[in-house]
Amino acid sequence: MDAEKINQLIKLLNEHGLTEIEFSEGNETIRIKRDLLSAPPKTRVQPNSSDGMTSSVQTTAPSSAEITGHKVRSPMVGTVYLAPSPDAAPFVTLGQTVKLGEVLCIVEAMKMMNQIEADKAGVIKARLVENGTPVEYNQALFIIE
Amino acid sequence: MLNKIVIANRGEIALRILRACKELGIQTVALHSTADVNLKHVKLADETVCIGPPPAVNSYLNIPAIISAAEITDAMGIHPGYGFLSENADFAERVQQSGFVFIGPEPLTIQMMGDKVSAIAAMRKAKIPCVPGSEGELDNDDKKNLKIAQKIGYPVLIKAAGGGGGRGIRVVHSEAALLNAISLTRKEAEANFKNASIYLEKFLTNPRHIEIQVLGDGQGHAIHLGERDCSMQRRHQKVIEEAPAVGITEKQRQHMGELCVKACCDMNYRGVGTFEFLYEKGHFYFIEMNTRIQVEHPITEMITGVDLVVEQLRIASGEKLNYKQKQIAIRGHAIECRINAEDPRTFIPSPGTITLYHPPGGPGIRVDTPIYTGYAVPPYYDSLIGKLIAYGETREIAIARLRNALDEIVIEGIQTNIAMHQALVRDANFIKGGTNIHYLEQRLAL
Repeated sequence: MDAEKINQLIKLLNEHGLTEIEFSEGNETIRIKRDLLSAPPKTRVQPNSSDGMTSSVQTTAPSSAEITGHKVRSPMVGTVYLAPSPDAAPFVTLGQTVKLGEVLCIVEAMKMMNQIEADKAGVIKARLVENGTPVEYNQALFIIE
Repeated sequence: MLNKIVIANRGEIALRILRACKELGIQTVALHSTADVNLKHVKLADETVCIGPPPAVNSYLNIPAIISAAEITDAMGIHPGYGFLSENADFAERVQQSGFVFIGPEPLTIQMMGDKVSAIAAMRKAKIPCVPGSEGELDNDDKKNLKIAQKIGYPVLIKAAGGGGGRGIRVVHSEAALLNAISLTRKEAEANFKNASIYLEKFLTNPRHIEIQVLGDGQGHAIHLGERDCSMQRRHQKVIEEAPAVGITEKQRQHMGELCVKACCDMNYRGVGTFEFLYEKGHFYFIEMNTRIQVEHPITEMITGVDLVVEQLRIASGEKLNYKQKQIAIRGHAIECRINAEDPRTFIPSPGTITLYHPPGGPGIRVDTPIYTGYAVPPYYDSLIGKLIAYGETREIAIARLRNALDEIVIEGIQTNIAMHQALVRDANFIKGGTNIHYLEQRLAL
């Protein structure tokens, strides 16, 4: 795994405010974890730091990420669960081939569980969310290639 | 005090709410559609949650998304702003059922005032004068309806009980047109408000629109904060508002204010509210009550010194009313211009990127706007992009300051109605004061 890819993963980690990201390619898997002693940023959109009069900055999903692949996005606000129940195995794992319509995770909102399906067939290249964490509309959950 | 709230709105009012929260030390969660990620208050909020794609029905009107956002951020309360879900009793109910504080009145109060027929019935009970009318919804008896209209006297207005804010209204000038108009209005009401209930009112020929601001704590106390004159309207949309209303005496103010306060106490009203009246030949006629913060609230704030949004948050936190009626004094005069991103001739909304924004300033000038240089006004929402408010010790001074501020403000890259405001503040009849609700449209038609 080259340093460039690792740098991109670190960039994704920071831009999404994640504490952990796991990525696999071929036989190699890498997991990058943030030092949990430093508080992760709460904002999902980085505030415009200083002048206010500067040109507006679109700061959400990094479209420039070199990790190619289709991002599966959350269609709703809620809490994401990676497995059908707390003790069960996760719906999908890294490197797994999924079909169109295959369930990847659940997003729970107001006590209702909504299954999130793959909107593209392919291989799960990256998981961008942690189990039991809040997700917003359009937030990237997985990358499928 | 609530420790964290969700702001379920956008644009200038969301920024207004955020500022009040910051003053009180309340953590803010800004909800926004994908089109609004660059809104000023979104950049300033402690937390943000994207709740849906641009269309309001999928985002700002999306009840599950909003409540879900409050859940995942552990907020205590939800502020609905104005428009959108702010007067949706079902939303208020679901917010409460989900364990959150709805910053506004009780769902039942919203429902009662939201149905214009039941609101009028409640006001009659409270001895508040109403526009002469059918005093109840019409049934399908044609003969009866013709009689009712005849008794009221033409011209009459057919109004949808589920309408409000100028929507669902039709004027009928003669008996020959009545039955057809009733049938048409019912159909439209069913389609637009899912409620075919309609009623009749006398059409007042040249009234002024004068409304009274109230504040209640839901614990038995309520006060009024004087009146606002919102007669300068185009197609039932307010364009310029001022407080106090020209020609209204202190005696009239206190008399009407007391009636409104009593009505609030009768319903144990909680939060801010506005009683809207048509005023003609010295008489006030109730038309409807709005159970939310209004766009034009700043002019009342300027002449009373009361921060209405801060009071909303205090009251929602369970505090008793901070003020007694005798502490409310009207001082000076304030006028507000609504700045819209629209074509000055056709009034068609004009979205786009603001290439240069330069705010006005000086004594007595307040600007409530989320715009900044480089901000892109999205095409999905209404065209209001800011409010320019001028305060002065007298109405003349307020007008002079407003005129100067309108000459100073620069908004380039989009079209706005600033030129129209510049013309209006120099208009002889505006300067004289007391123009009625038809004046602006008549003037624009010239």
